[in-house]
Amino acid sequence: MSALNTNAVIDESQQPLLSLTAEQQTKLRRLIEKGLPLVAEPYSTLAKQIDASEQQVIQQIDTWQDSGLIKRFGLVVKHRQLGYKANAMVVWNIPDEDVDNIANMLSMFDEVSLCYRRPRRLPDWPYNLFCMIHGTDRELVLSQIKQITKQLELEHIQKDVLFSYKAYKQNGARYGKRAK
Amino acid sequence: MDAKTVEFSTLEKQLINELQKGLPVCEKPFEQVAEKLGTTEENVIEHLQKMLDNKVLSRFGPMFDAACLGGAFTLAALAVPEERFEQVNDIVNSFEQVAHNYKREHYYNMWFVIGTETEQEILDVIEKIEAQTGLEVLNAPKMEEFYVGLYLPV
Repeated sequence: MSALNTNAVIDESQQPLLSLTAEQQTKLRRLIEKGLPLVAEPYSTLAKQIDASEQQVIQQIDTWQDSGLIKRFGLVVKHRQLGYKANAMVVWNIPDEDVDNIANMLSMFDEVSLCYRRPRRLPDWPYNLFCMIHGTDRELVLSQIKQITKQLELEHIQKDVLFSYKAYKQNGARYGKRAK
Repeated sequence: MDAKTVEFSTLEKQLINELQKGLPVCEKPFEQVAEKLGTTEENVIEHLQKMLDNKVLSRFGPMFDAACLGGAFTLAALAVPEERFEQVNDIVNSFEQVAHNYKREHYYNMWFVIGTETEQEILDVIEKIEAQTGLEVLNAPKMEEFYVGLYLPV
Protein backbone atom coordinates (compact mmCIF):
# COMPACT_ATOMS: atom_id res chain seq x y z
CA MET A 1 0.00 0.00 0.00
CA SER A 2 1.29 3.40 -0.88
CA ALA A 3 -1.29 5.56 0.82
CA LEU A 4 1.02 6.52 3.63
CA ASN A 5 4.16 7.01 1.56
CA THR A 6 5.23 10.61 1.74
CA ASN A 7 5.93 10.71 -1.96
CA ALA A 8 2.69 9.11 -3.08
CA VAL A 9 1.38 10.94 -6.10
CA ILE A 10 -2.28 10.32 -5.47
CA ASP A 11 -3.66 11.22 -2.11
CA GLU A 12 -5.84 8.20 -1.45
CA SER A 13 -7.12 9.68 1.80
CA GLN A 14 -9.34 11.96 -0.24
CA GLN A 15 -11.19 9.01 -1.64
CA PRO A 16 -13.40 7.27 0.88
CA LEU A 17 -12.45 3.63 1.21
CA LEU A 18 -15.02 1.03 0.45
CA SER A 19 -16.36 -0.52 3.65
CA LEU A 20 -16.05 -4.25 4.07
CA THR A 21 -19.09 -6.31 3.21
CA ALA A 22 -21.01 -7.88 6.08
CA GLU A 23 -19.52 -11.22 5.16
CA GLN A 24 -15.98 -9.83 5.18
CA GLN A 25 -16.63 -8.17 8.53
CA THR A 26 -17.74 -11.44 10.07
CA LYS A 27 -14.72 -13.23 8.64
CA LEU A 28 -12.37 -10.55 9.91
CA ARG A 29 -13.90 -10.64 13.37
CA ARG A 30 -13.54 -14.40 13.59
CA LEU A 31 -9.93 -14.18 12.44
CA ILE A 32 -8.83 -11.52 14.90
CA GLU A 33 -10.74 -13.10 17.77
CA LYS A 34 -8.21 -15.89 17.63
CA GLY A 35 -5.41 -13.37 17.77
CA LEU A 36 -3.54 -11.03 15.51
CA PRO A 37 -0.98 -12.74 13.25
CA LEU A 38 2.50 -12.11 14.66
CA VAL A 39 4.08 -10.86 11.47
CA ALA A 40 5.48 -7.49 10.45
CA GLU A 41 2.33 -6.49 8.57
CA PRO A 42 -0.52 -8.29 10.34
CA TYR A 43 -3.31 -6.23 8.81
CA SER A 44 -2.05 -6.99 5.33
CA THR A 45 -2.04 -10.73 6.14
CA LEU A 46 -5.62 -10.47 7.38
CA ALA A 47 -6.63 -8.47 4.31
CA LYS A 48 -5.44 -11.24 2.00
CA GLN A 49 -7.43 -13.79 3.94
CA ILE A 50 -10.68 -11.90 3.47
CA ASP A 51 -10.02 -10.56 -0.01
CA ALA A 52 -9.79 -6.94 1.01
CA SER A 53 -7.15 -4.24 1.11
CA GLU A 54 -4.95 -3.53 4.10
CA GLN A 55 -6.41 -0.04 4.42
CA GLN A 56 -9.93 -1.43 4.49
CA VAL A 57 -8.97 -3.75 7.34
CA ILE A 58 -7.29 -0.94 9.28
CA GLN A 59 -10.30 1.29 8.71
CA GLN A 60 -12.67 -1.43 9.89
CA ILE A 61 -10.72 -2.06 13.09
CA ASP A 62 -10.55 1.69 13.76
CA THR A 63 -14.30 1.90 13.30
CA TRP A 64 -14.88 -0.99 15.69
CA GLN A 65 -12.67 0.66 18.29
CA ASP A 66 -14.39 4.02 17.92
CA SER A 67 -17.83 2.47 18.21
CA GLY A 68 -16.87 0.53 21.33
CA LEU A 69 -17.40 -2.85 19.74
CA ILE A 70 -13.74 -3.50 20.39
CA LYS A 71 -13.16 -2.44 23.96
CA ARG A 72 -9.46 -2.99 23.96
CA PHE A 73 -6.99 -4.08 21.37
CA GLY A 74 -3.78 -5.48 22.69
CA LEU A 75 -2.35 -8.09 24.94
CA VAL A 76 -4.54 -10.50 26.86
CA VAL A 77 -2.45 -11.62 29.81
CA LYS A 78 -2.77 -14.47 32.25
CA HIS A 79 -2.69 -12.66 35.53
CA ARG A 80 -1.39 -15.56 37.59
CA GLN A 81 1.53 -16.01 35.24
CA LEU A 82 2.44 -12.37 35.74
CA GLY A 83 2.66 -12.87 39.48
CA TYR A 84 -0.85 -11.57 40.24
CA LYS A 85 -1.92 -14.50 42.33
CA ALA A 86 -4.60 -12.85 44.40
CA ASN A 87 -7.81 -11.94 42.65
CA ALA A 88 -10.60 -10.50 44.73
CA MET A 89 -14.13 -9.75 43.70
CA VAL A 90 -15.33 -7.01 46.02
CA VAL A 91 -19.10 -6.67 46.20
CA TRP A 92 -20.93 -3.75 47.77
CA ASN A 93 -24.49 -3.04 48.85
CA ILE A 94 -24.78 0.59 47.86
CA PRO A 95 -28.00 2.62 48.01
CA ASP A 96 -29.32 2.89 44.45
CA GLU A 97 -29.17 6.68 44.44
CA ASP A 98 -25.46 6.66 45.27
CA VAL A 99 -24.31 3.80 43.09
CA ASP A 100 -23.29 5.80 40.00
CA ASN A 101 -21.31 8.26 42.01
CA ILE A 102 -19.49 5.67 44.11
CA ALA A 103 -18.84 3.42 41.11
CA ASN A 104 -17.20 6.27 39.25
CA MET A 105 -14.98 7.01 42.23
CA LEU A 106 -14.03 3.34 42.64
CA SER A 107 -13.13 3.16 38.96
CA MET A 108 -10.50 5.84 39.42
CA PHE A 109 -8.31 3.61 41.56
CA ASP A 110 -5.55 1.89 39.61
CA GLU A 111 -6.07 -1.32 41.53
CA VAL A 112 -9.68 -1.63 40.35
CA SER A 113 -9.82 -3.36 37.00
CA LEU A 114 -13.52 -3.93 36.45
CA CYS A 115 -16.55 -2.22 37.94
CA TYR A 116 -20.07 -3.36 37.15
CA ARG A 117 -23.51 -2.75 38.54
CA ARG A 118 -25.55 -5.94 38.85
CA PRO A 119 -28.97 -6.69 40.35
CA ARG A 120 -29.41 -7.62 44.00
CA ARG A 121 -30.95 -11.05 44.54
CA LEU A 122 -32.66 -10.77 47.91
CA PRO A 123 -32.64 -12.19 50.47
CA ASP A 124 -29.45 -14.15 49.73
CA TRP A 125 -27.50 -11.60 47.76
CA PRO A 126 -27.79 -7.93 48.76
CA TYR A 127 -24.87 -6.66 46.65
CA ASN A 128 -25.34 -4.43 43.61
CA LEU A 129 -21.84 -3.26 42.72
CA PHE A 130 -18.98 -5.58 41.76
CA CYS A 131 -15.36 -4.68 41.28
CA MET A 132 -12.30 -6.74 40.65
CA ILE A 133 -8.93 -6.18 42.25
CA HIS A 134 -5.83 -8.09 41.21
CA GLY A 135 -2.73 -8.12 43.36
CA THR A 136 0.44 -10.05 43.93
CA ASP A 137 -0.74 -11.41 47.25
CA ARG A 138 -3.76 -11.54 49.47
CA GLU A 139 -2.47 -9.29 52.22
CA LEU A 140 -1.70 -6.58 49.72
CA VAL A 141 -5.15 -6.81 48.14
CA LEU A 142 -6.81 -6.65 51.55
CA SER A 143 -4.83 -3.58 52.50
CA GLN A 144 -5.73 -1.96 49.17
CA ILE A 145 -9.40 -2.63 49.80
CA LYS A 146 -9.09 -1.15 53.28
CA GLN A 147 -7.37 1.90 51.89
CA ILE A 148 -10.00 2.43 49.18
CA THR A 149 -12.82 1.96 51.68
CA LYS A 150 -11.30 4.53 54.00
CA GLN A 151 -10.51 7.04 51.32
CA LEU A 152 -14.03 6.97 49.87
CA GLU A 153 -15.58 6.84 53.36
CA LEU A 154 -17.41 3.60 52.63
CA GLU A 155 -16.80 2.01 56.03
CA HIS A 156 -20.52 1.95 56.77
CA ILE A 157 -21.39 0.19 53.49
CA GLN A 158 -22.03 -3.55 53.63
CA LYS A 159 -19.48 -5.38 51.50
CA ASP A 160 -17.91 -8.75 50.98
CA VAL A 161 -14.58 -9.87 49.52
CA LEU A 162 -14.50 -13.07 47.47
CA PHE A 163 -11.01 -14.32 46.72
CA SER A 164 -10.64 -16.81 43.93
CA TYR A 165 -8.27 -19.65 44.37
CA LYS A 166 -8.65 -21.66 41.28
CA ALA A 167 -9.72 -21.16 37.70
CA TYR A 168 -11.56 -24.27 36.57
CA LYS A 169 -12.22 -23.08 33.08
CA GLN A 170 -10.67 -20.13 31.40
CA ASN A 171 -11.53 -19.69 27.78
CA GLY A 172 -10.17 -16.78 25.85
CA ALA A 173 -12.45 -13.80 26.05
CA ARG A 174 -14.22 -14.70 22.85
CA TYR A 175 -17.71 -13.41 23.29
CA GLY A 176 -20.73 -13.09 21.11
CA LYS A 177 -21.92 -15.36 18.42
CA ARG A 178 -20.05 -18.58 18.05
CA ALA A 179 -19.09 -20.28 14.87
CA LYS A 180 -21.34 -23.28 14.54
CA MET B 1 7.09 -8.21 43.62
CA ASP B 2 8.88 -11.43 44.56
CA ALA B 3 7.66 -15.03 44.26
CA LYS B 4 6.85 -14.75 40.59
CA THR B 5 5.92 -17.72 38.48
CA VAL B 6 7.92 -16.47 35.54
CA GLU B 7 10.97 -14.29 35.33
CA PHE B 8 10.84 -11.72 32.57
CA SER B 9 13.62 -9.94 30.78
CA THR B 10 13.51 -6.15 30.66
CA LEU B 11 12.23 -6.20 27.10
CA GLU B 12 9.53 -8.72 27.97
CA LYS B 13 8.37 -6.55 30.86
CA GLN B 14 8.32 -3.51 28.62
CA LEU B 15 6.32 -5.40 26.01
CA ILE B 16 3.81 -6.69 28.52
CA ASN B 17 3.28 -3.26 30.01
CA GLU B 18 3.18 -1.39 26.74
CA LEU B 19 0.98 -3.79 24.80
CA GLN B 20 -1.62 -4.16 27.52
CA LYS B 21 -2.48 -0.56 26.77
CA GLY B 22 -3.06 -1.37 23.13
CA LEU B 23 -1.45 -1.99 19.79
CA PRO B 24 -1.19 0.70 17.12
CA VAL B 25 -3.49 0.01 14.18
CA CYS B 26 -1.19 0.88 11.30
CA GLU B 27 0.70 -0.93 8.56
CA LYS B 28 3.67 -1.93 10.69
CA PRO B 29 2.47 -1.93 14.28
CA PHE B 30 5.36 -3.93 15.70
CA GLU B 31 7.89 -1.60 14.14
CA GLN B 32 6.19 1.30 15.88
CA VAL B 33 6.30 -0.54 19.20
CA ALA B 34 9.94 -1.43 18.61
CA GLU B 35 10.86 2.20 17.99
CA LYS B 36 9.17 3.25 21.18
CA LEU B 37 11.03 0.62 23.18
CA GLY B 38 14.35 1.14 21.43
CA THR B 39 14.59 -2.30 19.85
CA THR B 40 13.91 -3.97 16.51
CA GLU B 41 10.70 -5.17 14.93
CA GLU B 42 12.09 -8.74 14.68
CA ASN B 43 12.95 -8.68 18.36
CA VAL B 44 9.45 -7.59 19.34
CA ILE B 45 7.77 -10.28 17.24
CA GLU B 46 10.17 -12.97 18.42
CA HIS B 47 9.63 -12.20 22.11
CA LEU B 48 5.87 -11.95 21.75
CA GLN B 49 5.79 -15.28 19.96
CA LYS B 50 7.89 -16.83 22.70
CA MET B 51 5.60 -15.57 25.45
CA LEU B 52 2.55 -16.84 23.58
CA ASP B 53 4.20 -20.22 23.05
CA ASN B 54 5.09 -20.38 26.75
CA LYS B 55 1.46 -19.55 27.57
CA VAL B 56 2.49 -16.52 29.57
CA LEU B 57 0.21 -14.50 27.36
CA SER B 58 -3.12 -15.92 26.41
CA ARG B 59 -3.85 -13.97 23.27
CA PHE B 60 -2.94 -10.94 21.33
CA GLY B 61 -5.78 -9.08 19.71
CA PRO B 62 -9.12 -7.44 20.36
CA MET B 63 -11.53 -7.75 23.22
CA PHE B 64 -14.99 -7.44 21.76
CA ASP B 65 -17.95 -6.07 23.64
CA ALA B 66 -20.36 -8.98 23.83
CA ALA B 67 -23.46 -6.81 24.01
CA CYS B 68 -22.39 -4.84 20.91
CA LEU B 69 -22.04 -8.07 18.97
CA GLY B 70 -25.61 -8.98 19.73
CA GLY B 71 -24.62 -11.72 22.11
CA ALA B 72 -25.84 -12.01 25.67
CA PHE B 73 -23.98 -12.89 28.77
CA THR B 74 -24.23 -12.99 32.50
CA LEU B 75 -22.27 -13.69 35.63
CA ALA B 76 -23.74 -16.60 37.52
CA ALA B 77 -23.00 -18.27 40.82
CA LEU B 78 -23.84 -21.42 42.72
CA ALA B 79 -23.59 -22.25 46.41
CA VAL B 80 -22.16 -25.75 46.17
CA PRO B 81 -21.70 -28.05 49.16
CA GLU B 82 -17.96 -28.76 49.37
CA GLU B 83 -18.36 -32.52 48.95
CA ARG B 84 -20.25 -32.00 45.68
CA PHE B 85 -17.93 -29.38 44.26
CA GLU B 86 -16.15 -31.51 41.67
CA GLN B 87 -19.33 -33.16 40.49
CA VAL B 88 -21.18 -29.88 40.07
CA ASN B 89 -18.13 -28.35 38.47
CA ASP B 90 -18.12 -31.07 35.80
CA ILE B 91 -21.79 -30.43 35.05
CA VAL B 92 -21.35 -26.66 34.77
CA ASN B 93 -18.25 -26.91 32.59
CA SER B 94 -19.95 -29.38 30.28
CA PHE B 95 -21.96 -26.46 28.86
CA GLU B 96 -20.15 -24.88 25.95
CA GLN B 97 -21.82 -21.58 26.85
CA VAL B 98 -19.92 -21.46 30.14
CA ALA B 99 -16.75 -19.44 29.73
CA HIS B 100 -14.87 -18.56 32.88
CA ASN B 101 -15.40 -20.58 36.00
CA TYR B 102 -13.73 -19.64 39.25
CA LYS B 103 -13.87 -21.15 42.68
CA ARG B 104 -14.20 -18.41 45.26
CA GLU B 105 -14.18 -18.39 49.04
CA HIS B 106 -17.77 -17.66 49.94
CA TYR B 107 -21.13 -19.29 50.51
CA TYR B 108 -21.51 -18.74 46.76
CA ASN B 109 -18.34 -20.59 45.88
CA MET B 110 -18.66 -21.24 42.15
CA TRP B 111 -18.71 -18.25 39.81
CA PHE B 112 -18.93 -18.51 36.05
CA VAL B 113 -19.79 -16.52 32.96
CA ILE B 114 -22.48 -17.71 30.57
CA GLY B 115 -22.22 -16.35 27.03
CA THR B 116 -24.90 -17.07 24.44
CA GLU B 117 -26.42 -15.65 21.31
CA THR B 118 -29.70 -14.60 22.90
CA GLU B 119 -31.08 -13.61 26.30
CA GLN B 120 -33.46 -16.54 26.15
CA GLU B 121 -30.58 -18.98 25.74
CA ILE B 122 -29.05 -17.65 28.99
CA LEU B 123 -32.25 -18.53 30.82
CA ASP B 124 -32.34 -21.94 29.13
CA VAL B 125 -28.78 -22.73 30.21
CA ILE B 126 -29.54 -21.62 33.78
CA GLU B 127 -32.64 -23.79 33.86
CA LYS B 128 -30.66 -26.79 32.65
CA ILE B 129 -27.88 -26.22 35.19
CA GLU B 130 -30.47 -25.97 37.95
CA ALA B 131 -32.19 -29.15 36.78
CA GLN B 132 -28.96 -31.11 36.53
CA THR B 133 -27.41 -29.90 39.79
CA GLY B 134 -30.49 -29.38 41.95
CA LEU B 135 -29.01 -26.04 42.99
CA GLU B 136 -30.38 -22.57 42.47
CA VAL B 137 -28.34 -20.32 40.19
CA LEU B 138 -27.66 -16.73 41.21
CA ASN B 139 -28.05 -14.80 37.98
CA ALA B 140 -26.28 -11.44 38.05
CA PRO B 141 -26.24 -9.89 34.57
CA LYS B 142 -24.41 -6.62 34.06
CA MET B 143 -26.73 -3.63 34.35
CA GLU B 144 -24.16 -0.92 33.92
CA GLU B 145 -20.46 -0.90 33.23
CA PHE B 146 -18.37 1.76 34.91
CA TYR B 147 -14.89 0.63 34.12
CA VAL B 148 -12.93 -2.02 32.29
CA GLY B 149 -9.23 -1.40 32.34
CA LEU B 150 -7.37 -4.46 33.35
CA TYR B 151 -3.78 -3.31 33.51
CA LEU B 152 -1.28 -5.51 35.29
CA PRO B 153 2.17 -3.99 35.12
CA VAL B 154 5.18 -6.25 35.73
